[in-house]
Amino acid sequence: MEYVSKKRLGFKDGAVAALPIVIGYIPAAMAFGLLAKSIQVSLTDTFLFSVMVFAGASQYMALNLIAVGAAAGEIIVATFLLNLRHALMSASLAARLEVQKKSLLPLIAFGVTDEAFSVAATREERPTMPFMFALEGVSYSAWVGGSVLGYLVGSALPASVRASMGIALYAMFVAILVPEMKKSVYVAGLALGSGLINAVLSYFKWLPSGWNMVAATVLVAAAGAFFIKDEKEVGEQEEEVAA
Amino acid sequence: MKNYLVLIIGMMLVTYIPRLVPLVTMSQKPIPPLVKKFLLYIPYTALGALIIPGALQATPGLPAAALVGVGATAVVSWFKGGLMLPVMSSIAATFLVLYSLGTR
Repeated sequence: MEYVSKKRLGFKDGAVAALPIVIGYIPAAMAFGLLAKSIQVSLTDTFLFSVMVFAGASQYMALNLIAVGAAAGEIIVATFLLNLRHALMSASLAARLEVQKKSLLPLIAFGVTDEAFSVAATREERPTMPFMFALEGVSYSAWVGGSVLGYLVGSALPASVRASMGIALYAMFVAILVPEMKKSVYVAGLALGSGLINAVLSYFKWLPSGWNMVAATVLVAAAGAFFIKDEKEVGEQEEEVAA
Repeated sequence: MKNYLVLIIGMMLVTYIPRLVPLVTMSQKPIPPLVKKFLLYIPYTALGALIIPGALQATPGLPAAALVGVGATAVVSWFKGGLMLPVMSSIAATFLVLYSLGTR
């Protein structure tokens, strides 16, 4: 097997791997800062949202709910539902992460965003703690910095630039997925199946909105675990070695 | 609500706890093969659900621009791989569509 030649991921690899996330986060965070300002949330609170919560979609949602006068409890419950998908990602990361120092796991856990998880989980090499620390730390800095920047100067950006940069994070997800789909027809099936189910659930609105993604992700991964027989097709080859 | 500190702390807790508990409790533990298979499929199913249908709403009111952007990424990614080039191509393609349709 070729795992012998694979290098171990370090701090620097994590920082480099974070660059596409930074490109996506800065405009997304700036949009958050700008929106916060437009509904009269203070700069301090805007900063604290990004520093303490660090979950883009739920931060936008919170602003939208604040704008329509929702109560704090309602926003917190909605946030919980929306962010529950990270529990799945955290569990999936746990299955692959090389743990060097157990006491630092809570720090790594704080930065398990859609983006950091997607980048880390699809690397051929197993993610290590220094790798995760750099990947998440750089992403986090971009998110917090972008939020403040957006609050202060966001309105200076032309609408066309702001709108076109909104595609960046989706583009990154696609660019992560395409090479994996190229390698394995099963991966393509898993991703397209999950997307399709999510689209159907989102369209019919049977579930609270945060649950669509969780349901699609769990259902299709479970179906895959049961029905895909070829173990080597998807997932890790180096797993046996590291154990 | 003028002071959002209570809200922010509440949101932090309900975001952090789901990220924390599985990672801390499941790391370095033996996982049954079927569960492990399930967990290793999660990245792909999560990515599918993150992209579809959300990507079409990336350019509000103009899903065609997002579609061109995502299409550009897919093509560049297929032939060149990597992340930076596909992402930059996608931003450029989306910008061109939006700009030519009159968004300034």
